[in-house]
Amino acid sequence: MSLMRCENVSLAYEGKTVAANITFSIEQGDYLCIVGENGSGKSTLIKGLLGLKQPSAGTIVFGDGLTGDQIGYLPQQTVQQQDFPASVYEVVLSGCLNRCGLRPFYNRSEKAAARKNMERMGILDLSSRCYRELSGGQRQRVLLARALCATKKLLLLDEPATGLDPLVTLELYDLMQTINHEDHIAIIMVSHDIKSAVSHASHILHLDHTPLFFGTTERYLESEPGKLFLGGQV
Amino acid sequence: MIELLRTLFSYSFLSRSLLAGILIALCASLLGVILVLKRYSMIGDGLSHVGFGALAIASAMNAAPLQVAIPVVVIAAFFLLRISESSKIKGDAAIAVISSGSLAIGVMTVSLTSGMNTDVMNYLFGSILAISRQDLLLSVILCLIVLILYLCFYHKLFAVTFDENFAKATGTKAGLYNIMIAFLTAITIVLGMRMVGALLISSLIIFPSLTAMRICKRFQSVVILSALISVFCFLGGILVSYQFNTPAGATIVIANLILFILFSLIGAVKNRG
Repeated sequence: MSLMRCENVSLAYEGKTVAANITFSIEQGDYLCIVGENGSGKSTLIKGLLGLKQPSAGTIVFGDGLTGDQIGYLPQQTVQQQDFPASVYEVVLSGCLNRCGLRPFYNRSEKAAARKNMERMGILDLSSRCYRELSGGQRQRVLLARALCATKKLLLLDEPATGLDPLVTLELYDLMQTINHEDHIAIIMVSHDIKSAVSHASHILHLDHTPLFFGTTERYLESEPGKLFLGGQV
Repeated sequence: MIELLRTLFSYSFLSRSLLAGILIALCASLLGVILVLKRYSMIGDGLSHVGFGALAIASAMNAAPLQVAIPVVVIAAFFLLRISESSKIKGDAAIAVISSGSLAIGVMTVSLTSGMNTDVMNYLFGSILAISRQDLLLSVILCLIVLILYLCFYHKLFAVTFDENFAKATGTKAGLYNIMIAFLTAITIVLGMRMVGALLISSLIIFPSLTAMRICKRFQSVVILSALISVFCFLGGILVSYQFNTPAGATIVIANLILFILFSLIGAVKNRG
């Protein structure tokens, strides 16, 4: 049973289809990169997987005991958050909200989970700092820690390297690798950084409104769209 | 000072208004934190004008003002929220249209019926001292509901305010909480209109949280400080207005303005140092 399986999923905005006939599946421990040009329907697909957008056709099935509210999500940062007065701890802890149900406060195990994930992301010493005072890379770590609080199985990342300098980007990819290998959390990442995608991911989904390729990274490198997109750089 | 407070509380109508005022100031400041951070400040302003229109029509029909205004403003709040969520219509323009439209309807109703009497002036500029026993009871009950809901859903409201998409993706019903925010805001605005008036109520919502954000770095401390600031400014404003015979609503807002400037300066100095 796969963690998540998409069958012939199509997504549309106001009747205009942006992504069509997408079929793929992700198993426990996979690292899937969704690549493609800008406007090829990658972010829309992510919205569909998260349940933020209803597919206009096809089905998305969860398996392996995964439910829709157990997916960790690293969104693109919004302008609204730039000057948000919240401490790092408050932001990370809000990732545990899906475990609370109707309980109006966090219990000890949720607070411990927040602390543990901050430690893992190396931001424990920032815990009482204000979110708006952090650098771009630090913010990504905070949001990643929050996403880890929300999941034990699957993490979705939407262009995590946007606005980060090359060194910080490398650190971020390393972190992701660790999460994937040591915690066996499956990762689905949207990226247009094709070079680091093929060097980290186990599977590639290449989108151009419809899927051009889905399979393992090794096979992608030999496939027609892979060769074309990489332009013989690898 | 203490003596002055004691005199104030010795009049029963005054202590009544003070109680209602403190509760309304508290509700307004708590909701204000969320509204300002969600970029919904203008909705508060728009709703107050809708409230004025509704109150004017209610008074023209000799109906109970709050009982008419509250449902109308609640409906308007849902509507404005919908507009600001859909990308098709530009939200700020729609809010401006609705708010000036209902202000015009209100003014028209007033001039066709009773003319500019004290009742209407009270809705425009507020008159905390004219609150009736029945209005007071309703205000206190509604304020307590706002406070209880706010406290029970504090963490959810934080999550929805900070990152609505993440909250939705991880299973929080963001739409439901947005509706709740709109509902609570609508109630608070109608009640607050009696206190500082339709023209000034949005300042009661926006000022305390903005002031608190000048120096606070945690969401929790922003919430607590803005509640304290709001109540402090309300009491300070009432005292000054009693002592110097100035209009209560405007005095409260000016107290808020002074505190805002003060905290901005403190924040600027702190950031540089």
